[in-house]
Amino acid sequence: MRHTISVLVENKSGVLARVAGLFSGRGYNIDSLNVAETEDTTVSRMTIVARGDDKILEQITKQLNRLVDVIKVNDLSTEKHVERELVMIKVSSQPGNRSEIIHIADIFRANIVDVGHEAMIIAVTGNEEKIAALINILNPYGIKEIARSGRVAIVRGK
Amino acid sequence: MKGAKILLECLKKEGVEVMFGISGGSVIDIFDALYDEPAIKYYLTRHEQGAAHAADGYARATGKVGVCIATSGPGATNLVTGIATAYMDSVPIVAITGQVYSHLIGNDAFQEADVTGITRPITKHNYLIKSVEELAVTVKEAFHIARTGRPGPVVIDIAKDAQRTETEFVYPENIKIRGYKPTYSGHPKQIDKAAEIINAAKQPVLYVGGGAIISGAHEELKQLAEKAQIPVTTTLLGLGSFPETHRLSLGMLGMHGTGYANHAVTNCDLLIAVGSRFDDRVTGKLETFAPNAKIIHIDIDPAAISKNVDVDVPIVGDARNILTELTKRIENPSAESWIEQIDAWKKKYPLCYNQGDDIIKPQYVVEQIYEATKGEAIIVTEVGQNQMWAAQFYKYTRPRTFLSSGGLGTMGYGFPAAIGAQVGCPDKIVFDIAGDGSIQMNIQEITTAVANKLPVKVAILNNSFLGMVRQWQDLFYDGRLSGVDLVTNPDFVKVAEAFGATGIRAARPDEVRKAIDKALETPGPVFLDFIVDRSENVFPMVPAGASIHEMIGIIEGMA
Repeated sequence: MRHTISVLVENKSGVLARVAGLFSGRGYNIDSLNVAETEDTTVSRMTIVARGDDKILEQITKQLNRLVDVIKVNDLSTEKHVERELVMIKVSSQPGNRSEIIHIADIFRANIVDVGHEAMIIAVTGNEEKIAALINILNPYGIKEIARSGRVAIVRGK
Repeated sequence: MKGAKILLECLKKEGVEVMFGISGGSVIDIFDALYDEPAIKYYLTRHEQGAAHAADGYARATGKVGVCIATSGPGATNLVTGIATAYMDSVPIVAITGQVYSHLIGNDAFQEADVTGITRPITKHNYLIKSVEELAVTVKEAFHIARTGRPGPVVIDIAKDAQRTETEFVYPENIKIRGYKPTYSGHPKQIDKAAEIINAAKQPVLYVGGGAIISGAHEELKQLAEKAQIPVTTTLLGLGSFPETHRLSLGMLGMHGTGYANHAVTNCDLLIAVGSRFDDRVTGKLETFAPNAKIIHIDIDPAAISKNVDVDVPIVGDARNILTELTKRIENPSAESWIEQIDAWKKKYPLCYNQGDDIIKPQYVVEQIYEATKGEAIIVTEVGQNQMWAAQFYKYTRPRTFLSSGGLGTMGYGFPAAIGAQVGCPDKIVFDIAGDGSIQMNIQEITTAVANKLPVKVAILNNSFLGMVRQWQDLFYDGRLSGVDLVTNPDFVKVAEAFGATGIRAARPDEVRKAIDKALETPGPVFLDFIVDRSENVFPMVPAGASIHEMIGIIEGMA
């Protein structure tokens, strides 16, 4: 099962290496990892998507908590939360199919952020299913490159 | 005040009295400050690995934080094995390393290595200090982290300019680390639940690890064991937490544990793990480890709980607090028939060997050291057969008297660790029980012992083999002995003499006790070269992957 783990850490150099090293050293797999400052500039949030059964997740959570620079660990899979990912897709386009692609982007509430003679870039925000659907529909046009932010997530307000 | 001086002031505030290490270009300012510092005694080792192990031995023997120091690059990388050894066995040491000037970091400067990067997975925490302002608070944090919770090594890597720059020295009274709050008192509801299970158990066993010693819980352990009539088995690192002369003692369990300990665990209806972590050398095949038992697991590290086995009642906290609370709640002792069964197993499966007239058996040497020291020595071991025989045939009765690299299994640990233990406990007899292979891995430290008049005694159980690997090759690899023959060993007596120590050889059983007594009368370090039976194996033995009651090499005594 895939889990989204939200980790608040000290905003110091070396913390990312500690967390990443913990995953590689203990043989846990990371599907995606996103890290950036929070509303408190001394704290960063890491959003980690990892795979494993409950036992592995328990160990990951405990091992993360052992790190001195880790302030709080939250397995969001057990809580009501919102998650999003930003994906930029560079898709082949010619004058003949440009409007067709723009139309698809509109349906997905994606934005065209760059247009060239042979390609355009579509930026889309959403959950996993939505992004997968858009990529699927754009595939026949020829996807040249994809850049993904990795999932970010936050617990719903009460 | 200069950074280097600030560092020493901080160390003094933390109660540091001794430091082990080797100088070099990136720590020369610290050594310059040390020149005027009478309160910290410095021990110059002959290899940085020796310094790290000495700090470790000092820490294990005294319970204080051990400190070692090395220069940047190779000095620091030479500490690595010692740091990893301390990490695996939860030993509080602080390793100080010099780093190149901060503006040179990352430039592949002379003697530069990414020390915080290299030591990240083998430290509890580590720091790189680039400016003198960070120094005092960092040292305070480092010692706090090293000695609290589940202890462990902390590295402080200090750039040379931070050592040389001046700033005002202010030592913080308090520190707050928001991501680090160890739990000490166990959850009362969990303790109640555990007590209920203990009171209902008929055939309980206490399975005690190094955590009980770290926590200082030996008295509380004894009180619980006696009140509830629970037999106690310990791990290798738990030796000394419970007196092995006690009727309730089962000795060590696991791969080379006693037959009675392994049978007791296999047949128990309740296993109470205290500061132990269900290591694979203890459990053997997990599916058949204590198969009918409920499990209570007491540990200060939540990550140690339910890592290898599923636990019925986990209790996170300090062993000493929790055992005290548990003992208060004990109403029913275990069944007397259980203790009688244990006594019967002890008669049926004693630890034994056959000492003839001609060839010395290594077990006999260990027993004679036990007799000669009246069980009061600090025993340090190397790794391999020597370690297992030292664990099996010396009876440990007090905590911090058995020091051994259990988790990492570092050959070369024993001798420098014995030096550190002797520094920490000058009035005690310190014996390193060594193999001829292991002793050569840090043999240079004999100079450290000689120079500082440290009377460490080294008993080399010399079988001219890397004995434990030889044993495995004989038992499981059709006797195809590969890469284990050490017949080209040096003459250890002459080696000792060349270094300015005393060397004594014993090749016959009747020479063993005389040699030990002579060593104990001799001031300064002594190497005892015991020429022992080359083909002796460590038994009993649980083959890798087998259940712990499926021991080989067990000799049934008189039932």
